Amino acid sequence: MEFLRPATWDEALAAKAENPSALPISGGTDVMVELNFDRHRPGALLDLNRITELTEWESGTYEGQDGEVIRLGAAVPYARITKELSGPLQGLSIAGNTVGSPQIRNRGSVGGNLGGASPAGDAHPALLAAGKDVFVEAESVRGTRLIAIDDFYVGVKRNSLQPDELIRAVRIPVADGPQQFSKIGTRNAMVIAVCAFGFALHPKNGTVGTGIGSAAPTPRRAPEAEQFLADELAERGLWQSGGLIGPAAVQRFGELVSAAASPIDDVRGSAAYRRHALAVMARRTLTWTWNEYTQSLRSAAA
Amino acid sequence: MSARNSATRTIRGEKNLQDITTAHPDGIGGSPLRPDGTLKVRGEFAYSSDLWHEDMLWGMALRSPHAHARILSIDTTEALTQPGVYAVMTHEDIPGSKYYGLEIQDQPALAFGKVRYHGEAVAIVAADHPETARRALAKIKVEYEVLAPITTEEHCQNPETFGYVHEPEEYRGHASGNVVHSQKVVSGLGVNDDVRAMADVVVVGEYEVGMQDQAFLGPESGLAVPAEDGGIDLYIATQWLHVDRQQVAPVLGLPENKVRLTLAGVGGAFGGREDLSMQIHACLLAQRTGKPVKIVYSREESFFGHVHRHPAKMRYEHGATRDGRLVYMDARIVLDGGAYASASPAVVGNASSLSVGPYEVPNVNVLAIAYYSNNPSCGAMRGFGAVQACFAYETQLDRLAAELGMDPVELRQLNAVSQGSHLPTGQVIDAPAPVAELLQKVKDLPLPPPLDTEHHLDIRELPGALSNTSHGEGIVRGVGYAVGLKNVGFSEGFDDYSTARVRLEVIGGEPVAMVHTAMAEVGQGGVTVHGQIARTELGVEQVTIHPANTEVGSAGSTSASRQTYMTGGAVKLAAEAVRNELFNLGRSRYGWTYNDLSLIGGKVVSASAGVLISMVDLLGDQAIDLTREHHHRPTVPFDKETGQGFGHVQYTFCAHRAVVDVDVELGLVKVVELAAAQDVGKALNPLSVIGQIQGGSTQGLGLAVMEEIITKDGKVRNPSFTDYLIPTILDTPPQPVEIMELADPNAPYGLRGVGEAPTLSSTPAIVSAIRAATGLALNRVPVRPEHITGT
Amino acid sequence: MRVTFNANGRPVEADDVWEGESLLFMLRERLGLPGSKNACEQGECGSCTVYLDGSPVCSCLVAAGQVQDREVRTVEGLADDENGLDPVQQAFIDAGAVQCGFCTPGLLVQTHDLLEREPQPSDSDIREALSGNLCRCTGYEKIMDAVRLASARKCSSNSSEVSQ
Repeated sequence: MEFLRPATWDEALAAKAENPSALPISGGTDVMVELNFDRHRPGALLDLNRITELTEWESGTYEGQDGEVIRLGAAVPYARITKELSGPLQGLSIAGNTVGSPQIRNRGSVGGNLGGASPAGDAHPALLAAGKDVFVEAESVRGTRLIAIDDFYVGVKRNSLQPDELIRAVRIPVADGPQQFSKIGTRNAMVIAVCAFGFALHPKNGTVGTGIGSAAPTPRRAPEAEQFLADELAERGLWQSGGLIGPAAVQRFGELVSAAASPIDDVRGSAAYRRHALAVMARRTLTWTWNEYTQSLRSAAA
Repeated sequence: MSARNSATRTIRGEKNLQDITTAHPDGIGGSPLRPDGTLKVRGEFAYSSDLWHEDMLWGMALRSPHAHARILSIDTTEALTQPGVYAVMTHEDIPGSKYYGLEIQDQPALAFGKVRYHGEAVAIVAADHPETARRALAKIKVEYEVLAPITTEEHCQNPETFGYVHEPEEYRGHASGNVVHSQKVVSGLGVNDDVRAMADVVVVGEYEVGMQDQAFLGPESGLAVPAEDGGIDLYIATQWLHVDRQQVAPVLGLPENKVRLTLAGVGGAFGGREDLSMQIHACLLAQRTGKPVKIVYSREESFFGHVHRHPAKMRYEHGATRDGRLVYMDARIVLDGGAYASASPAVVGNASSLSVGPYEVPNVNVLAIAYYSNNPSCGAMRGFGAVQACFAYETQLDRLAAELGMDPVELRQLNAVSQGSHLPTGQVIDAPAPVAELLQKVKDLPLPPPLDTEHHLDIRELPGALSNTSHGEGIVRGVGYAVGLKNVGFSEGFDDYSTARVRLEVIGGEPVAMVHTAMAEVGQGGVTVHGQIARTELGVEQVTIHPANTEVGSAGSTSASRQTYMTGGAVKLAAEAVRNELFNLGRSRYGWTYNDLSLIGGKVVSASAGVLISMVDLLGDQAIDLTREHHHRPTVPFDKETGQGFGHVQYTFCAHRAVVDVDVELGLVKVVELAAAQDVGKALNPLSVIGQIQGGSTQGLGLAVMEEIITKDGKVRNPSFTDYLIPTILDTPPQPVEIMELADPNAPYGLRGVGEAPTLSSTPAIVSAIRAATGLALNRVPVRPEHITGT
Repeated sequence: MRVTFNANGRPVEADDVWEGESLLFMLRERLGLPGSKNACEQGECGSCTVYLDGSPVCSCLVAAGQVQDREVRTVEGLADDENGLDPVQQAFIDAGAVQCGFCTPGLLVQTHDLLEREPQPSDSDIREALSGNLCRCTGYEKIMDAVRLASARKCSSNSSEVSQ
């Protein structure tokens, strides 16, 4: 096994181009488990820890994305996302705070979740919910490619990166409405998701975002649920009035989220439970975000 | 590639493998600090996995991927040619006996003929680095013929249809077929139609307990060093040095005196270190290579490398009068023993004899049985046998209370045993048994304040915690009670004596007592208590704890809540003997005729004549060094057909009250408070006693709501801390503890074993509270979200 | 490969390191620092917690090569001097928070970090901060006591320093 230690991003891209099977390692919270448990012996490890720009984030505007965007370096640890970005990336920061343990949150990052593309990665539901214009910046010596989040996950633990590409950053629109994230574990800390749900209100364009984790071969959104709710909010003028959504619509939204999943039975939980819990989490996160939204409307009016 | 140490650390430099001397005024009843505490917080305490020796090799085992298979061939040729590999061994290379076992020698040191469980060791290697060893294991070619695994009760009961785990000609258990051991208990009139007719109310239930793991944090590990005399020095984390040696030596083809064991630091045990794990393998490799060999299990290997708590299926039937008096109990307890016997016979003995719980039941009929299967071997874990039964009988008592419209605590108190009660084995409880009082104590504690998420929302205090599943929605509170009955010490006629050596001498102008035993300090604080006993009996402040090893006689096992009673008792006897010897020295030297002497503050004091002399002056250069054995009062085996007999040394009782918040929509549980009350006879070290009760209660919490090894067709599906979950600090609530100290006249200082009882009643109390919150039956532990949500 | 870094304030060097090796293995087996413990090797127990450039991390999940030129502080480096104890270490002994002690080194580093960031944590803060450190012996109650004790002692010694 080789251990590659590029000092700069360009060196990293060159190393990856030369050695496409090299496994990138940053926080190590997934890669090292594979190594320690003798599940994987890559030809080379590509250490990204020396590349400081990966641990930085900036806000700005970008072509193809409306409004302000956070360009989140691939290796910004979850602890810092929760601490520094709880406003602009509300959903992701709540999700980040459920990742592993405090020690893991000091090392693990969104880039790692994306690189591993496990359906159980906690960042995915929040990224999906944040909108369709979330982009992964995939870079290689050939240049930069923006991959829309909906095109990123292609199979169980498979993503759409090319062998010579590395994840430089993720571009996530700053939250324009309340966002939530909820995750089931059979313990009150340090759990891999039995299933998880991310939800975001996007009042600016009158849409809502959803993301389902650990209940399908890939992270996925619940398109019918999104459409149903967006229609309901628009048709009833609720975005403007801030009125109650009502139990029937909330219930229906939960059902549609649940229906969008295709979970399996495994040691962490049954398929039936996952479906059930997704519906509950969908109802609750919708209620929380809507309450927050209506409160913000009221305080804006006051 | 090799692992070489730049420092000059060797096995001989480990500070806890040397004498540890601490000074403190407190004897028994105080809470002096642990003698090993400073080393432990400084990271200097050498656990078995920390040992290092110049030129050492790493040992590793190849394990079966099948639960049941015939081994057709093993080819080690390619593995042996790997650079850095020093030895590859199979059963063919074993110089002595091929079998070992705690009670029944039925387990091959390395599999031959068949593998009988997923993870059984087939071959071992020694190499210069763990990675070299792993790559070598991958080169060993084993040809298997996979056999249908015998995994269910039905399979086990019908060997002619489903096969034998151990073929009849190889069977070494206590019965026949796939049965390891069984035990009946019949008392009063037994249970028949006439007896049933005496009951106004009958409650019948079927209960299930999942396979729990000890999940001690320090993985199985040790270092075997070949000695010049052809023997082996083994530095090891275990629960019983002498019984390890008794099993290891025959396999190595060595006399016991050539296998010398020293206790290295033990990272928890809880029963999981009663059986051998890597001991034989490390010694075989050291013998073969002539080099020190270290083996350290990974967490995954640890799940395969030790036995677990027996999963149980139980049918219980209780009959009672309308006013709540128990009339009869009928119980059938089926335990899955897995591939090898381990402690199954003793587990059956406890499950049957303690099956009724701390209640007076005039008519009883019980059968407990353990099967062999191709599931993981099961054996000792904290409270064994009694834990499973307690979940069943306490659930029955709750249901009976509901049936009778009685308060569940009052129903228990009405039927509780007390001193003088007869147990179904015919044994009379001849020491205090304050069961009703313990229940009252937990009931009288103030309840935690109700949940109020409207005025105070901290999701960390709710079910799901940081996972952010509820902001108060769906949460219902429940309260539940339970109490249990546990024995202390080894039972059924076994004389589990302990040995202690105490040496008194003057060092640096002060009297110092040295205590030397083979007791396995696994974290429980036995070394602290030994110092306290020496101080109490010898009036000294300075005590030296000598490393535990096989140079002194056996201390028995650190299990069955027995060490303070048994080895503590031995230290007391040895210290008393030393004290008498010292008095005799004074008598012969100064002609004392006093018979009212004691040792206080480093002086010999006569109650009538005052201070006679300082111990320093009396001892001078002389050392008094005496060894004593402590035997408990004898017990007898249970009668095979009726279970009658004075089978247990001592009984112990603990009661719990659990308060839980359940998210009834998501099936998530947060234990809000777990209160315990226990009679400990005499708290030799109150701080440690409370620590034992809280730790034991928390393992019961784990069994209640999360801990289970899941198998499918004999294959373990969750051998990791990612999927075998144990409670975190966010799962564990405040745990008020009420201590009673009613002396047991038969025990040293009146003490009662502490460690196990809290593990029994914690589980049913928590499940009872979840039932109160949900209204569900919940007859299986661990309770999973699926059970609460009906999914 | 060779890895050079700073451990507990001293420059150290490990040779012949296998590329797939963890920081934990390197500390324990090559550098004579076995204080950090190997209980799960998958970041699920916290026993191997060390400071890496001032942040507590699971050293089992850091590749040895990743610490080149960086600073690591382990339980062996918590106390200021050779024989003394950090207040957190002393509190763990005093409160009875140490039984088998295998989880202790990781808990000490994690608690040390908590009290550096938040000298007077609430009980929920303590539980959150220590939720990645499994203990199988104590049921955590004495660990809670130890953290509260260390916090109280640190605060009182700080305030007495201020008043002087």
